[in-house]
Amino acid sequence: MQSLILRTATRLLVSLILVFSIYLLFSGHNSPGGGFSGALVAATGFALYTIAEGPASVRRAIRIDPRRLIVFGLALALASGLAAVFAGKPFLTGLWWTVAELPDYTLVLGTPFFFDVGVYAIVLGTILTIILALEES
Amino acid sequence: MSCLLVLPIIVPFVAAAAGLLFRTDFERQQAVGMGGAALHFMVCLGLLFHVCKNGISTIQMANWPAPFGITLAADHLSVILVAVTGTLGLCVMLYSKAEIKTGMIAAGFYPLMHILLGGVCGAFLTGDLFNLYVWFEVMLMASFGLLVLGREKAQLDGGVKYVMINLFSTLLFISGLGLLYGMTGTLNMADLHLEIQKVSDKALLTAVATIFMAAFGIKAGIFPLFFWLPVSYHTPPVAVSAILAGLLTKVGVYALIRMFTLVFTFDVAYTHGLLLVAAVVTMITGVLGAAAYNEFRRILSFHIISQVGYMVMGLALFTPLALTGAVFYLLHHMIVKANLFLISGVSRVAGGSFELSRLGGLYRSRGFLALLFFIPAFSLAGFPPLSGFWAKMMLIRASLEVEAYVVAAAAAVVGLLTVYSMSKIWGEAFWKPSPEPMHTESPAMGEGGGGLWRLLPITVLAVITIVLGFVPGVFLDLAAQAAHELLNPDIYVKAVLGGV
Repeated sequence: MQSLILRTATRLLVSLILVFSIYLLFSGHNSPGGGFSGALVAATGFALYTIAEGPASVRRAIRIDPRRLIVFGLALALASGLAAVFAGKPFLTGLWWTVAELPDYTLVLGTPFFFDVGVYAIVLGTILTIILALEES
Repeated sequence: MSCLLVLPIIVPFVAAAAGLLFRTDFERQQAVGMGGAALHFMVCLGLLFHVCKNGISTIQMANWPAPFGITLAADHLSVILVAVTGTLGLCVMLYSKAEIKTGMIAAGFYPLMHILLGGVCGAFLTGDLFNLYVWFEVMLMASFGLLVLGREKAQLDGGVKYVMINLFSTLLFISGLGLLYGMTGTLNMADLHLEIQKVSDKALLTAVATIFMAAFGIKAGIFPLFFWLPVSYHTPPVAVSAILAGLLTKVGVYALIRMFTLVFTFDVAYTHGLLLVAAVVTMITGVLGAAAYNEFRRILSFHIISQVGYMVMGLALFTPLALTGAVFYLLHHMIVKANLFLISGVSRVAGGSFELSRLGGLYRSRGFLALLFFIPAFSLAGFPPLSGFWAKMMLIRASLEVEAYVVAAAAAVVGLLTVYSMSKIWGEAFWKPSPEPMHTESPAMGEGGGGLWRLLPITVLAVITIVLGFVPGVFLDLAAQAAHELLNPDIYVKAVLGGV
């Protein structure tokens, strides 16, 4: 489908949608959001892009095979859960590292975040696989 | 060693992820699949020994304390089932080496299989009702993927029916979950056991119990909710139908047993009475359905239904002996049924068909196979001293003890009809002269050099059946221990919540 309006609007919207999806991913630990919903939002962005530009350009844009994303996500989620096991705690227990100490606040990074990134990759990979397969058939 | 409790769930998922890495390298994917299954088998057995030695073990996921986070709890019932799952997983993976061709590997056979195994173990081990729901979903998706693996019309037809009815069951399950959470404010099973005693509106609670009964009943295939099972189980590759037949309905039975011993025990006369009626009708319809068919796997599918009736009957009678019988029945049935499905696959290779009318002469051409069929088939029918005999005997004795003579009679008659079905297969496929002589002459068993890979798992499972039959003592002790824990939920509650 070649619609100038749709294509122009998509260009503007997709970047906004993707930024919002990343915001959701990061804010997920303590407020609404998280890997799952972030990935769903990102997938709507890619779906829009697929409708406007066709599946081939989406494949070019994401560069890697979405099925690889699933593997990567699954491995990352499992690894972030297993990290706790190797530290002698129950599976999935959050481990936290202080990245930077600033005067007003400390920046910490924990395994729950990596777990969320893993979920993000799995969900995004799955939905992209489905959308692209449907569009290409 | 608390991490041992997570391993039966983690190992399959790691194996699935590793398998997905080698999407195009089929040999390596097969190796990862088998290695994963072997490792899974070992951790499952490890957990069995751990729990037998130390009693119920629990672990709080992510270290969140019990009623709030997700608890994994392994009592005897759970670990027996987990150990059988590991065994079946390994056997079916071995069989798949001969059957599963590159096309199916490319479609993701091994990762799906591992996800299914992980999901089943998760369902057996979780102590949280919502988590159980999640594992049901995992199993449903993986099994749907496996069912339609060959992309044939009959598979899609069966697969779609399967997924629709199971989605409906899931819907019921989550509605029940919502209502239960609304009434008690918790979904931890041990905590539910305590909280449910404080609920004043018992009528509403009974309604919720019935919703759960329907949801798990669909999964287990009890009357009148079983019709999805015979239309879907005979379509996929044999390795797939064997694992589905061995594991999936049994997860439904497990969920019924867990919920109706731990949570919904406030009105045993009503809920378990209902279960008893359903169980008897299930037994009878299943076995009559089997009598009407002449296709190897369809007959076996109907027998799953009738056998599920026995297990639910054990739960419904709700005495120590009956529950011991039900647990032993589960153990015996999973092994025997998966084995029979595998044998149907070998018969198909040897005789060229699943249709009994087109099979024949297998006794002559494949004597060893005939022997291997004889063991699980007549164990299923309840011939002494094979494992099915002990299971059936305990259940019938338990029903006589509570003076449920109709139930006992039904169980005995159904056993007799099972003999009829099994002799039908025996007579048609093994004894009758082959209608198409060219098949028996063909060296089909060695197709792709897979003969050994097919026979090895079948032999292993048949040996397990014999061991269960001839040395039932140790397994009966295990089952009795499981029944003891089921009838005294305080042990479980204490293990999960601590000294509350």
